[in-house]
Amino acid sequence: MVTLTAPEATAPALDGPTVVDLAGAPVRDLNQALHQGAGGQSWTITNPGGKHSLAVGINADVSVTIEGHAGYYAAGMHQKGTVEITGNAGVGLAENIMSGTVHVKGDASQSAAATGHGGLVVIDGNAGARCGISMKGVDIVVGGNIGHMSAFMAQAGRLVVCGDAGDALGDSIYEARIYVKGTVASLGADCIEKPLRAEHLEELADLLAAAGRTDNPADFKRYGSARNLYHFHVDNSTAY
Amino acid sequence: MTITSVPTPAVAPVQDIAELGLRESATFDRATIADIQRAAATGVYDIRGWGAKRKVPHFDDLLFLGASMSRYPLEGYREKCDTDVVLGDRYASRPLHLATPVTIAGMSFGALSANAKEALGRGASEVGTSTTTGDGGMTPEERGQSKHLVYQYLPSRYGMNPDDLRKADAIEIVLGQGAKPGGGGMLLGQKITERVAGMRTLPVGIDQRSASRHPDWTGPDDLEIKIGELREITDWKTPIYVKIGASRPYYDTALAVKSGADVVVLDGMQGGTAATQQVFIENVGIPTLAAIPQAVQALQELGMHRKVQLIVSGGIRTGADVAKAMALGADAVAIGTAALIALGDNDPRYAAEYSALGSAAGFYDDFQDGRDPAGITTQDPELSSRLDPVAAGKRLANYLRVLTMEAQTIARACGKSHLHNLEPEDLVALTIEASAMARVPLAGTSWIPGVQGSF
Repeated sequence: MVTLTAPEATAPALDGPTVVDLAGAPVRDLNQALHQGAGGQSWTITNPGGKHSLAVGINADVSVTIEGHAGYYAAGMHQKGTVEITGNAGVGLAENIMSGTVHVKGDASQSAAATGHGGLVVIDGNAGARCGISMKGVDIVVGGNIGHMSAFMAQAGRLVVCGDAGDALGDSIYEARIYVKGTVASLGADCIEKPLRAEHLEELADLLAAAGRTDNPADFKRYGSARNLYHFHVDNSTAY
Repeated sequence: MTITSVPTPAVAPVQDIAELGLRESATFDRATIADIQRAAATGVYDIRGWGAKRKVPHFDDLLFLGASMSRYPLEGYREKCDTDVVLGDRYASRPLHLATPVTIAGMSFGALSANAKEALGRGASEVGTSTTTGDGGMTPEERGQSKHLVYQYLPSRYGMNPDDLRKADAIEIVLGQGAKPGGGGMLLGQKITERVAGMRTLPVGIDQRSASRHPDWTGPDDLEIKIGELREITDWKTPIYVKIGASRPYYDTALAVKSGADVVVLDGMQGGTAATQQVFIENVGIPTLAAIPQAVQALQELGMHRKVQLIVSGGIRTGADVAKAMALGADAVAIGTAALIALGDNDPRYAAEYSALGSAAGFYDDFQDGRDPAGITTQDPELSSRLDPVAAGKRLANYLRVLTMEAQTIARACGKSHLHNLEPEDLVALTIEASAMARVPLAGTSWIPGVQGSF
């Protein structure tokens, strides 16, 4: 265990992950150490205590395990490496993720993977409202249910939901693709069910496999944009 | 609407109208009649660029009290009047230090051509001030040409990525803009070229609507956590601004300070836009003049005036406007519309082409159409190529120097050795409205309506 008070203390042990106990070390020191970390390093964060902005701005192929619950914006703007959270995650998990993988074993609060440009976000439990809002290329796999207004203005990427989806799914969606195994409470403006063709079954199988899931792709339905709101038109005035 | 030939005027010239004894309605003037006719013909609200065009109390309604017996002035060229400003030293370890307090406001690549963005960067860098990205990400052109580049963090997060975030000299979290407090951006299909679409991850040619609320935070308590995240990602080096559209600046400024902002950017209703509903531009938000004293009051009550810097924008045109904004308590100002004019927007040399578009030099505001003859608010390669970024950057640098020297002229006349030493006591108002809004006395009286004295 290190307290991150001296630079040499942040060097990873050769025989295992560097352990950072947030009961003593400030989040700021942890993040700075992670930013200076080199690829291949492993880190274990203990006593996260729901603190905000844990492991944000990672830009190297490091592996980080957070043992417990994380607050807002865990693994925000993530690049390259892997972050695993054994507990639950707060608002804005992996917001604007670019690449790499973020995996939450528990539930995630609202706006999970918001505006993500790439990478993979896996939530084994449920996700709250606005999951995948304004997503721009990220892949999201949720083991449980997702809340209302998920994939609002979703631009690109894939959102896979193994449970049910809340109200107004995919409102004002652009080119993102949504797969839901369970029920959809309601679809948002311009979001429609679409045929599940062979290429969709294939990409869905890949996404489920990447998330370590065994669900049958054929049990899902696909949703996407009707593309009726792409151009301003007088007949759509109530939808703006 | 494309007008291929200039029609013969259907009405008599103005002088003839007066001679005929015709009276124009103040309520239904010709522009209003044209608006109704346009709405009836198309069924869609009017979208345009530029800021509020209606007349509102403004800096024009304020005057400076020069020095004489009771205060003495500084000698014009001999005695120093400094203009530099430090922005963002509350928490950031790398605050901006600008040579002039006149900065360039956020305008997106997409709304503007790549050449225009490059020209803004060149002009700003030449005089040692900052320029700002917009709703569409950071281009290599503007990063390369901008010594100090402010990276906007908007609800849409188009083109937002941590690599550019780390390259930015400051981060501006945008809650709103003066032209449309409470509204999101728009970019119509004509301007969504392949490059613009690629940077925003959107289909080419769609009419793009930006979100008006941030996707992962709501309200000041969340904003505090969001600012904390951005500081963690940038290792507490980069200043973080919060930009608000002027509506309730007293509360919004106080909450921005509470949320941990280094700098508050306050944009009044005259502040420009590339594309917004006209009804929004003209009817939502308050004038810059009314907004500044409210924001300054909030900063002063919190003991944060000059610690959290205030940047004011919305209708800055002259060095007098710069000096007046600063006398009311701003630390710096930002220009957008005026900067575009300096680059070449609405230049009379394109009079024939503005006419062909159904507009005129000095009136052109169809920035949403992407057919700007001056090559600024367009993505058309032929039109864009008309703007030489080096020459346009030079014009902007000239203009920025004039603004700075004009402000210095006034500050010296008021006996001030730094623009920041200008104060409300240097000002009087010409109208009761301006006096009440700016909270400086009506000229020749000690009366500030709502604050002190009586008429």
